[in-house]
Amino acid sequence: MRYYDKLVFELSREGRSAFSLPQAPDVCLPDSVSRKSALELPSLSEPDVVRHYTNLSQMNFGVDTGFYPLGSCTMKYNPKINEEIPGMFAGVHPLVPAGAVPGIRKIYEGIDSALAELTGMAHFTFEPCAGAHGELTGLMLIRQYHISRGDFARTRIIVPDSAHGTNPASAAVCGLEVVEVKSGPDGLIDVESLKPLLGPQIAGIMMTNPNTLGLFEKDIAQIASLVHGCGGLLYYDGANMNPLLGVVRPGDMGFDVMHLNLHKTFSTPHGGGGPGSGPVGVAPHLVEFLPEFGNRGELRVSGFHGNFGVILRAYAYILMLGRENVPMAGRLATLSANYIKESLKDCYRLPLQSICKHEFVFDGLVNDGARDGVPGATTLDVAKRLLDYGFHAPTIYFPLLFHQAIMIEPTETESLETLDSFIEVMRKIAQEAAQDPTLLRTAPHNTPIGRPDETVAARQPVLKWTKSN
Amino acid sequence: MSTFAYFPHTEEDICKMLKRVGVSGLDDLYADVPADFIRKGDYDLPSALSEQEVRDFFESLALANPKLRVYAGQGAYDHYTPAVIPYITSRSEFLTAYTPYQCEISQGTLRYIFEWQTMICNLTGLDVANASMYDGATAAAEAMRMCVASCRKRNTVIASSSLLPNVLQTMRTYARFAGINLVETYDIMEAVCEGTLDLAGVIVPSINRYGIIESHDGLAQAVHNAGALLAMYCDPSALAVVKTPAEWGADIAVGDGQSLGIPLCYGGPYVGFMSCTQALMRKLPGRIVGQATDSDGKRCFVLTLQAREQHIRREKATSNICSNESLMALWCTVYLSIMGADGLRRVNSLSYAAAHSLHDALMETGRFEDPFEDQPFLKEFCLKPLFGNTGALQEALLEQGIFSALETEEGYLSFCCTEKARKEDLETIAQVARSI
Amino acid sequence: MSKIVDELLYSESHEWVKVDGNVAIIGVSDFAQSEMGDITYVDMPSEGDEVTKGEDFGALESVKASSELYSPVSGTVVACNLDLENAPEQINQDPYMAWIIKVEMADKGELGSLLNAVAYKEFIEK
Repeated sequence: MRYYDKLVFELSREGRSAFSLPQAPDVCLPDSVSRKSALELPSLSEPDVVRHYTNLSQMNFGVDTGFYPLGSCTMKYNPKINEEIPGMFAGVHPLVPAGAVPGIRKIYEGIDSALAELTGMAHFTFEPCAGAHGELTGLMLIRQYHISRGDFARTRIIVPDSAHGTNPASAAVCGLEVVEVKSGPDGLIDVESLKPLLGPQIAGIMMTNPNTLGLFEKDIAQIASLVHGCGGLLYYDGANMNPLLGVVRPGDMGFDVMHLNLHKTFSTPHGGGGPGSGPVGVAPHLVEFLPEFGNRGELRVSGFHGNFGVILRAYAYILMLGRENVPMAGRLATLSANYIKESLKDCYRLPLQSICKHEFVFDGLVNDGARDGVPGATTLDVAKRLLDYGFHAPTIYFPLLFHQAIMIEPTETESLETLDSFIEVMRKIAQEAAQDPTLLRTAPHNTPIGRPDETVAARQPVLKWTKSN
Repeated sequence: MSTFAYFPHTEEDICKMLKRVGVSGLDDLYADVPADFIRKGDYDLPSALSEQEVRDFFESLALANPKLRVYAGQGAYDHYTPAVIPYITSRSEFLTAYTPYQCEISQGTLRYIFEWQTMICNLTGLDVANASMYDGATAAAEAMRMCVASCRKRNTVIASSSLLPNVLQTMRTYARFAGINLVETYDIMEAVCEGTLDLAGVIVPSINRYGIIESHDGLAQAVHNAGALLAMYCDPSALAVVKTPAEWGADIAVGDGQSLGIPLCYGGPYVGFMSCTQALMRKLPGRIVGQATDSDGKRCFVLTLQAREQHIRREKATSNICSNESLMALWCTVYLSIMGADGLRRVNSLSYAAAHSLHDALMETGRFEDPFEDQPFLKEFCLKPLFGNTGALQEALLEQGIFSALETEEGYLSFCCTEKARKEDLETIAQVARSI
Repeated sequence: MSKIVDELLYSESHEWVKVDGNVAIIGVSDFAQSEMGDITYVDMPSEGDEVTKGEDFGALESVKASSELYSPVSGTVVACNLDLENAPEQINQDPYMAWIIKVEMADKGELGSLLNAVAYKEFIEK
């Protein structure tokens, strides 16, 4: 990667233009509603624009560049056929009456029934645009369900301490009070700690299964029966659905509501942070509250029908996968994670020894190289050093249960050779740390930029380009 | 063994890996899962398709939808997409990256988001913008939440009934569950001056659901006198020519970036934008990119002000958004780089000319009344049909391959023209209207 | 080893209080600032706001963390240290000089439940 320092505004030259439109007389609007201030946008030729953004792209690392073991993000390969599909529907206005778009109706019906089959839910709404958006929608459905039964007291939601940060945030945004349940020493929800929390104020529990430590909550049947027994519902955070794809269905485990991240489990590209898609599925007794199915709740959580372009890609992936290949998806993801875990546990601290699912967590280096006057290498340093070797870093400092958390998720689309070279590099880094931790503490050394000063950036924020910066 | 194109594992690989893990078969990896939950037998899914079959399948479904030329808006506008945009946004370095957590290998994403933030600030006239939101409707709902979060112990937000219907519905949903008192009214000034004690914010459109550019003289001052914030919902394309939220005195601007060259694609993906005054910077939800300096003194860009965000604040966060619509923000950023200020003005000029010509042609048919006579509009307008069957025009136009004349809640018909408008289509619309 | 100033009172949420007549001057302890790391922003109330003992009146932010500030006393904010808006690092440099707010106390009796220096030292060593 080569450092390229331009911003598009700095390439601007008055008199250049890249658009091709016919002449037209200026708009004729009353002065009172017209823009007065000058509009500052760059003036460029088309080659300028293309070269600038191509240069920017070359400072980026994507799944197509190399291994991207970012835990809980399921950075699997994004099939290229999927990219060809949205263009076929690019011109369809979202308000065209359903009767005039039979092809699109078939797509929604097709993916709805496929996702229902894969998860054990009855139906999905596709309005949510991301996982967190799906969580919020799912929690709204849970609240709506209780309210419709006149059960107004259910305003508390149980969230494990290992949950993704979005869980408590989504609950709060939905007007629910978060009650935390502790994990036991095995990293799983402690059923005995759960029992006293249950009661007539509990709307439900949000669970990620396998949880953020990559461990399957094996007491799920008992948890489901306890929560249902107190009148609550079970929410399944689909962020970690990948190891269960083709193996276990959340609906069968007793979950009532769930979301899926189509950009994780169903292979659609992450796009540098979005667009994603977070469809929410429900068990039969909640279908009447789904936006498209019953309108009992009169819910609308986004402008139109969700991120249709993303939904198309996911559907294409499901059709390629088909009945024959789906059982291997989750199993191979799980195998890859366990393979890495077993290959590195002598160099990196493994707090929980059990078989993991699609991801697992190390708690820092076994030997961080600290000695008199020389501080040891931290998880951050390991992550930065990985960049030098051409790998993306794992998720770090999450989950919060461990101080030096390194969360690794390889996915099912990485070859044994890739896993082996990652393992080799991780071992090499552990060795470097033991011998010369400073090498890690000053990493990365081979990237377009070094570590930034984030403190100054946050104290004196510069959030837009002006002529003077 | 599997010969699926995306799974690289050979049978030998799997054996080797199982051995390392110390189990004898793949199902042993699920030994901790109660046996009842392990799926036995096939999933009821279609048999795997080849790549060509997938392409054929979607092509046939695409052909099942009649091809329509669009003369409708209501929040989704058929502006032209320059060829450069999909070419750039399909570069895999942009497409297949995740959120730029490791800034040292994400400067491409971070730089274009910084450019996007700058362009949104320049369009709206406000000081600070975030890295983007899901879409315009959710951005409006977040603006409502932001007003409440910024004004301690205040919980009422007044929204104009002239906002787009889907925007209002989304705000209503968010408000209901968050316990925000959302008041909808056409007479904003009167509602503000009534002096609601716990007024936190007011949300009005720059251009309303009827296509009218609204006048908001004195509103900002009245809202600020009441101790509340003013948010404005805008069409970013139109901001090249209409008065900006900053010029109206607004504190927050939101809207949908779709009009900046994003294809209609049946409603998504689009991209919401959100900007605000410097004073509200720390209350702005979502990701924000800031400029920084690296260890060698080089200019670089990072995710910043993260202490506001949900992964740190957890249940204390004012928003649960933890991503953005990055690629669509890139889409708009490249669009604005191609168009520049002159191009964006030209888009408005052409749209304006076509819409006014259609408006006049429809009025000449004698089949309509203009409920908004003499009020300024840009590219979208509503007319009141004088014929009984208000849906008939839309149906008749569909048969001509045209999607237009959307019926509104009030029984008006909504029309919209962009720079893509064709003269012969405008004539067809007027001619069909005459014959209804 | 965190510095503790003898003549101040402390809360279990690591705020310190200096009593000046009926006014409580409030900041955060050395222990608190060292736990936070480089402070990047101080979210403060406005003059005239009411604060309640045990409830949050603002927050400290660092690059990767945010921590609520809890008022050790109830009353009315009579002054805010606006210097911290542009120089939050003062809290890292000298937490006992960098006061955050001054509160006109509604009930001086509330001071009785705060810890003295010895008790606070024990508390943080636990």
